Amino acid sequence: MMGIVEILNSGFYSSIQDRGRLGYGEMGVPKSGAMDQSAYDFANLLLNNDEDCACLEWVFKPPVLRFSESTCITLTGAQTDFFLNGKKIENNRQIQVFENDVLKGDFCKNKKYGYVGIKKGFLSEVILGSRSFYKGITRSDRLAKGDEVSYEKWDGYEGHSAKVAIRESKYEPTIIKVYKGPEFDLLTEEQKDLLFTSKFTVSNVASRMAIQLSEVLPNSIPSMLTSPVLPGTVQLTPFGKLMVLMRDCQTTGGYPRVLQLGEASINNIAQKRTKEHFFFKEIEF
Amino acid sequence: MKFELRYRQYNEKSILIEWPAKISEKTLKDQLYYKKNIEKYCDKLIVEVILSYNSMLICYMSTIEDVYSEVLVLRSLYDDSSSLGVSKKRLWKIPVCYSASLAPDLESFAETKSLSVDQVIQLHTGNVYTVFFLGFLPGFCYLGGLDEKLFLDRKKSPSLTVEKGAVAIGGSQTGIYPQDSPGGWHVIGKSPLSFFDVKKENPVFVRCGDCIQFVSIEEKIYNDISAKVEMNNFDLNPNFL
Repeated sequence: MMGIVEILNSGFYSSIQDRGRLGYGEMGVPKSGAMDQSAYDFANLLLNNDEDCACLEWVFKPPVLRFSESTCITLTGAQTDFFLNGKKIENNRQIQVFENDVLKGDFCKNKKYGYVGIKKGFLSEVILGSRSFYKGITRSDRLAKGDEVSYEKWDGYEGHSAKVAIRESKYEPTIIKVYKGPEFDLLTEEQKDLLFTSKFTVSNVASRMAIQLSEVLPNSIPSMLTSPVLPGTVQLTPFGKLMVLMRDCQTTGGYPRVLQLGEASINNIAQKRTKEHFFFKEIEF
Repeated sequence: MKFELRYRQYNEKSILIEWPAKISEKTLKDQLYYKKNIEKYCDKLIVEVILSYNSMLICYMSTIEDVYSEVLVLRSLYDDSSSLGVSKKRLWKIPVCYSASLAPDLESFAETKSLSVDQVIQLHTGNVYTVFFLGFLPGFCYLGGLDEKLFLDRKKSPSLTVEKGAVAIGGSQTGIYPQDSPGGWHVIGKSPLSFFDVKKENPVFVRCGDCIQFVSIEEKIYNDISAKVEMNNFDLNPNFL
């Protein structure tokens, strides 16, 4: 039997995300998928779900949700106080949900992307192998008040799930690990040195497509032919701005690719708020 | 003809192959043979191959454990890729309406280039364009072959919305916007066709290596085709070159 989650309030920017749309880059289709894949994976792990079950992703302020049928949910990623029918509930554990329960949460206390996982996943439309929202591919790029998303009713909650503590140390908050990008060697020694010794800052220009850094790096690299890019590619624009491409980025780009973030560091930088600082640290394959 | 290729690991799961930095149909042909061979022999190992003017990004399913052995495999596939048969080139005749009502920048474009509107249309429909690759937006084709007389730098400040179907020129390139998007190109016409349709089994009918020619149509025909496309009742078939 199917249940419906009704969006009573959409929060700041909420969408359905999974591991992303893989195998359609040749058509120019972005990968999309959860910004913090590790928090997304963790939600499915806690629920004993398959790894590609879709979660609801929210930014800064969670949406208000009403569940029409019983199920089990979990809250991972950005931490905040969540309430089920007004009663405070914990993050990072299984939460039993009954017919007509309402989930609410405060503005987040740390990080910025949070995930609501649900038993067997949210069942929004699958397009090109994924439920991840993206403008021009799914009906909308975000959830709006009044939207409904279906899920499978589930009554198997056994109530013996422990809360799981995550080692926060694994986020290494000030270090972003990077490989050299294809155009790295075109940088001057001084530019290379600046990349690995300067403190960088997340600017307020940040979206699911890219995060722009506040600092400017003098750029003398000549223009190049449009080339493939991936989430985690760091581009240097003609004005010397560094852009860290994120999950919704285009498949190709024309700016020099000076660095490439490691998988774990993409999740890490996704959670950084405006004005947060970090250093790039070089790693090798 | 074989090229001196450069191989490097791009991230944990991908390898970048680079051709000399030039836009050329020879490179494209070489890439298409090579891509076909890689997809044939590495089908189970790779997610996809992303193409651009002078590169190919090979994306693997899982983390690459030993990049040297993977590159050896790729190199050997390059060496025998030219033995594959040539598939015929497909030519798509794309209807475009150049009426002022659907082409907001056509008049100013012609004026800047000291051409008449008819000359612009003639030059734009006169050439056959090659699809080098798709990128920027789902279904957006990077086309080569624009007449030099039509080169014009992008607008200083991009338009907030360029409409789906807009046929535009930016710098030395021309293209069709597959969806509404901000953009800095000069819109000189509009095509009633859908270049990206998720409702179709194959959302994009154009492939890398295909050819495109623009055919000028009247506004009435534009409206007819638009209505048919809307009803999912319009099929475009390619000619084979």
